[in-house]
Amino acid sequence: MSDVAIKHDEHRDDLGAKLGMWLFIFTELLLFGGLFLVYAVYRDIYAEDFHLGALQLNVTLGTLNTVVLLISSMTVAMSITAIQRGNKKLSMQLVLLTVLLACVFLVNKYFEWGAKFEHDLYPGSDLVLQFKRGSIIFFGLYFFMTGLHMFHVVIGMVVLMVMWFKLKNTTINKDDNVLLENGGLYWHLVDLIWIFLFPLLYLVT
Amino acid sequence: MSNHKAEHQHITDYWVYGLILVILLALTFITVYMVHLELAAWSVAIALGIASVKATIVLAYFMHLKFDNMLFKILVVAVVMLFVSFILLTFADYLYR
Amino acid sequence: MTTIPYKSYLEPQGKYTGLLDWLTSTDHKRIGLMYMYAIGIFFIIGVLLGLLMRIELFKPGETIMGPQTYNGIFTVHGVIMIFMVVIPGLSAVFGNLFMPIQIGAKDVAFPKLNLLSWYIFMAGAILAVLSQFTGNGPPDTGWTFYAPYSTQTGTNVLMAVTAAFVLGFSSILTGLNFIVTIHRMRAPGMTWFKMPLFPWALYSTAWIQLLATPIVGITLLMLIAERVFKIGFFDPALGGDPILFQHLFWIYSHPAVYVMILPAMGVITEIIPTFCQRRIFGYKAIALSSIAIAGVGYLVWGHHMYTSGMSFTARWIFSFLTFIVAVPSAIKVFNWVATMYKGSIALKTPFLYALAFIFLFMIGGLTGLSLGSLATDVYVHDTAYVVAHFHYIIFGGMGFAFFAALHYWFPKMYGKMYNQKIADIAWLILFFGFNMLYFPQFVLGLQGLPRRYYDYMPQFETGEVLSTIGGFVLFIGIIMMITNLIIAARNGPQAPDNPWGGKTLEWTIPSPPPMENFDTPPVVSKEPYDYE
Ligand SMILES: [Cu+2]
Repeated sequence: MSDVAIKHDEHRDDLGAKLGMWLFIFTELLLFGGLFLVYAVYRDIYAEDFHLGALQLNVTLGTLNTVVLLISSMTVAMSITAIQRGNKKLSMQLVLLTVLLACVFLVNKYFEWGAKFEHDLYPGSDLVLQFKRGSIIFFGLYFFMTGLHMFHVVIGMVVLMVMWFKLKNTTINKDDNVLLENGGLYWHLVDLIWIFLFPLLYLVT
Repeated sequence: MSNHKAEHQHITDYWVYGLILVILLALTFITVYMVHLELAAWSVAIALGIASVKATIVLAYFMHLKFDNMLFKILVVAVVMLFVSFILLTFADYLYR
Repeated sequence: MTTIPYKSYLEPQGKYTGLLDWLTSTDHKRIGLMYMYAIGIFFIIGVLLGLLMRIELFKPGETIMGPQTYNGIFTVHGVIMIFMVVIPGLSAVFGNLFMPIQIGAKDVAFPKLNLLSWYIFMAGAILAVLSQFTGNGPPDTGWTFYAPYSTQTGTNVLMAVTAAFVLGFSSILTGLNFIVTIHRMRAPGMTWFKMPLFPWALYSTAWIQLLATPIVGITLLMLIAERVFKIGFFDPALGGDPILFQHLFWIYSHPAVYVMILPAMGVITEIIPTFCQRRIFGYKAIALSSIAIAGVGYLVWGHHMYTSGMSFTARWIFSFLTFIVAVPSAIKVFNWVATMYKGSIALKTPFLYALAFIFLFMIGGLTGLSLGSLATDVYVHDTAYVVAHFHYIIFGGMGFAFFAALHYWFPKMYGKMYNQKIADIAWLILFFGFNMLYFPQFVLGLQGLPRRYYDYMPQFETGEVLSTIGGFVLFIGIIMMITNLIIAARNGPQAPDNPWGGKTLEWTIPSPPPMENFDTPPVVSKEPYDYE
């Protein structure tokens, strides 16, 4: 059996691992794709109500979060360059910075959602249920889409923390870093979805 | 089985990522600014257009698609086309009801 | 390389013994068998529920159950059979068992993920079964969970929907694993067009599992959100559009039909050349038609919604596309028949099942065309005609292909041979019972019998009685077939390594295969079916 164990190590296939990650990203894209389809249909039916709904959202906070996510996307991309050049310390710092930026995003979101709840603007609230039907849908979509995205941010943070530990114990190193690339790809996916969520929800005025 | 350890070792320089970020931020601010121009029907199309450009940049540089295996590019395009056909067919219903 | 002493994958592998040895194993063959045992049990449950419905319909009026129970039973029957039996069936069982061997690999690309998929499958399956016994009674929406009823009914829809969501996750991961395996792990020399056609079919299937399942995933999540948080996605009172639910549901669920039938076609494509000892006719046409079916299959979902209030434009577009998707299916049938032509045919059990498949699939496919055409569908929509059609496709197609695969690969899986005479008799009973059960439903449907009712008008009694008797004949056939196989697996005679004279790689290794399949990694230079 021992020579089998050796063969396993030889069997490492970076391209295969990356292909697996891309396929997973496709499923995530289509998961949100289904939501975008729903959004498109209801925006077509209730253009006016969506316009009014978007006016209720805080564009400043939305823009800020976009900026935060874009920067975090850059830091995680840089961490790969760092490890490929053998700079373990910098790579770890960049991953950690990415996690911190993700926290900033979540804190921001917390304030944004908090303000909505304070004004009774949440799905199923008495206030929202009195709205026109298009506005009910708009707020439903707003909470569902940003909520699902937030869930992915949290998963992404967990993934990044795992990357950080794997960098630390050199499971991820100069010669073997496809794992970090895959972790990075996941984080970029989170960014990618937000790139579309932001104009669709905040800027459809 | 072939061994694909060091097949692609394209290392992107830090400054490239920095530049990409600047471009992405610029596009973001342009989108936000556009809203105030009151272009009505066009604003959504423009916002989505800019978002698509941003997404393409993220895919190409941050996600390394530009330097990666051809297969990944083909697959990404195929998935996007599939999603577009979902939209088109669904709207064959909603636009003509 | 030194030869490792032969030890079959069925024998204990060290570390743990007994059940735990299996539950912790990442070997693709063992995972395949574990899927098979689980799916076998769910299948029997589904069959028994089906029989209960047949008994209820034996006579007009209430026979053994009331309408609410009947609604629950047809929902549970559908959920179990669709999500837990036919969708995972062929790819998770025989794909896992034989795809890696057929492409000359030691295992799938991500063995641990493969085991995880099985656990997720079991978790979803247990949830689905639990949903029947907890809450306020079994869900009564039908397996389609159509809104807005599914957002309002007090029954246990929430849990059943969650189960379907979890099961979808498992399906996605299996698809992902297979795509990477086929891309990256083919033996040296095995180019795409030297790959056997069962892996080709699985490859197309995997793309459907991967790209269509997320859509139903998000749809079910929205349904859950609507029930829990009152987000008005589909409820008209909250501004939603119920027809949008149907769109989203069928964007997945029509391609899901191809998740069932494509691997079935792949199995048949393996069996026919073996038992005709003939090179497959039109190799490339069959391989590429799988891809074509997968591609066009995404674009035809609307044919389930002709009577829903969809726009006329959408209706004719979907009808048109539906006719197009029939073309690649027909290409395969022509190629199978052309392969048999002038072959030296051995009428063994797997081949008999393959023939039954072609016959039943043709009936199912052609009646499908009459449903895909706008004018006729409006007449037979939601009648027993539809029930007959999809059972001919799903059971007559996928089910019979599963039995064919079972009898084809059984000697390889267990290293034992079954009693072929009993297997042939069981096949005959199954085939006869199947047609007796479902063919009358075509006639009843044309006469106007609606589906999903526990009761019917007296003029339909003859057909329903025939159907119920057919159901019991079918059941006897199933029991006979399974018993025969269980007896063989326990103490059947030793099977040779290549009992049928097959040419693909699984027939070059011992029966049952050793743990990592090949002592020396195979190098491929020939086409997969080089008979003559
Ligand atoms: Cu269909």
